Amino acid sequence: MEVPVVLEQIELRVKGLDFFYSGGVHALKQISLPIYSNQVTALIGPSGCGKTTLLRCFNRMHDLYPDNRYEGEIYFVKDNILSPDTDLISLRSRVGMVFQKPTPFPMSIFDNIAYGLKLKGIKKRAELSERVEKALRNAALWDEAKDKLNASAYDLSGGQQQRLVIARALAVNPEVLLFDEPTSALDPISTSKIEELFATIKKDVTIIIVTHNMQQAARISDWTGFMMLGELIEFGKTDKIFTTPSEKLTEDYITGRFG
Amino acid sequence: MTREQIRKTEGFIALALSTFAAFLGLFWLVFILGDVLVHGLKALNLSLFLNDPSPPGTEGGGLRNAFVGQLMITIVATLIGVPIGVLGGTFLAEYARGRKIARLISVLSDIMVSVPSIVIGTFIYAILVRPIGHFNGWAGAVALAIIMIPVVLRTTENMLSLVPWTLREAAFALGAPYYKVITQVVYRGAAAGILTGILLSIARVAGETAPLLFTSFNNSFFSLDMKQPISSLTVTIFQYAMGPYDSWHEQAWAAAFVITIFILILTITGRLIIKWRYR
Repeated sequence: MEVPVVLEQIELRVKGLDFFYSGGVHALKQISLPIYSNQVTALIGPSGCGKTTLLRCFNRMHDLYPDNRYEGEIYFVKDNILSPDTDLISLRSRVGMVFQKPTPFPMSIFDNIAYGLKLKGIKKRAELSERVEKALRNAALWDEAKDKLNASAYDLSGGQQQRLVIARALAVNPEVLLFDEPTSALDPISTSKIEELFATIKKDVTIIIVTHNMQQAARISDWTGFMMLGELIEFGKTDKIFTTPSEKLTEDYITGRFG
Repeated sequence: MTREQIRKTEGFIALALSTFAAFLGLFWLVFILGDVLVHGLKALNLSLFLNDPSPPGTEGGGLRNAFVGQLMITIVATLIGVPIGVLGGTFLAEYARGRKIARLISVLSDIMVSVPSIVIGTFIYAILVRPIGHFNGWAGAVALAIIMIPVVLRTTENMLSLVPWTLREAAFALGAPYYKVITQVVYRGAAAGILTGILLSIARVAGETAPLLFTSFNNSFFSLDMKQPISSLTVTIFQYAMGPYDSWHEQAWAAAFVITIFILILTITGRLIIKWRYR
């Protein structure tokens, strides 16, 4: 029997997730939500609500620090990535991350992007060059950077650096990209350039973005999760969340009554 | 006097005293450097580098043995001290970060920095000279390496901790294992600082005499054998300056000049790197 085409396929499914920081702080409480493939999911909520904590569960970034503890499951296609025998190196090469402040490495623009590719064992100069160019084009940085690929990445402006970091993350062909307030340190023009990117790159990757900026969430995301005090208050289609939220708390937050 | 006048007078006295202290310190520094420069330059000639010492009391001869010996001891000390220092600093700043053991080692190595070098010399004498039965170059190099290690270790630790943590997270997020994060990203970020620390530690040990007196001692003949006593500039300066011959005194001046310039160059290079990298 022909399986019907599912328009919205689930990439990641969070089920009953609890997270505790090493001091015992219960930062996430019984979070469950789906992350749909090739869609942009925004996580919004007031400071300290746990949205960044949730984001950092998807690539197990919390494992870098001792005594952090997860309970529950996150299924990535069909494997529970929270299981202790998950290979974090391969998980992180499938789930990339872009941080709030640009994090170019202290090397040339070319080497920054080639870094992830080299980690994957790609050594041939021709293939590297080709994939670096493709990644820079995807991140809309090629025209600005093509003449100075060997210059230090620190010579780029803040907005360019952030697009470089996005290019670096895209270069390894991840399935999911996590963005932790990627534009909060940038000027409006750089911000709009990065926002435009989401529309094009979501053809290839599933995007989860944490943002403080509600207009940004409304502009770029397909799905929105509203979080507060470690709980997911509401999750749904972005236009529904922003026009007719079912929860009073959500409405109060998006209308600016608190936060 | 009014209150304002009293304050002005106090201010003037403080300024005068501190200026005087500064000039007093500077005077001796310039005096010493100038003396070394004048006497050293006068005694400097090519034969100093090309010939070995002539018999005591006779004119001519050079200090080729001491230059070569100094170079060998310093290079071997660097080869031993730098890897241990850099790896130890990496352990403290990365793998043991925030743990009690890191704090303990940091404090201990700070204490090590201030241990008189003669103590290290006698210690190495006890473990590497006495059991072997005679002075040897290896012992000298090890003594200098032990002086270098805490300096390099602490600089490395400090420089690595200056590298923003988000940079490591970014490398981890690409799926890099920790050792690659350290060697390919963190070291690059801290390279200038670590290099400076290494240069300054070489400058520090190149001028040491006491630890060498107990270990590599001296050798009036040209020798490349680290298993035997080997000559060094500092011990030669010590011996020649104390000696009865004018020609020895001149050569001691020349040697002092060369080693001072060498250390000066290392130090200035180190400072320039810091200035250029961290402005």
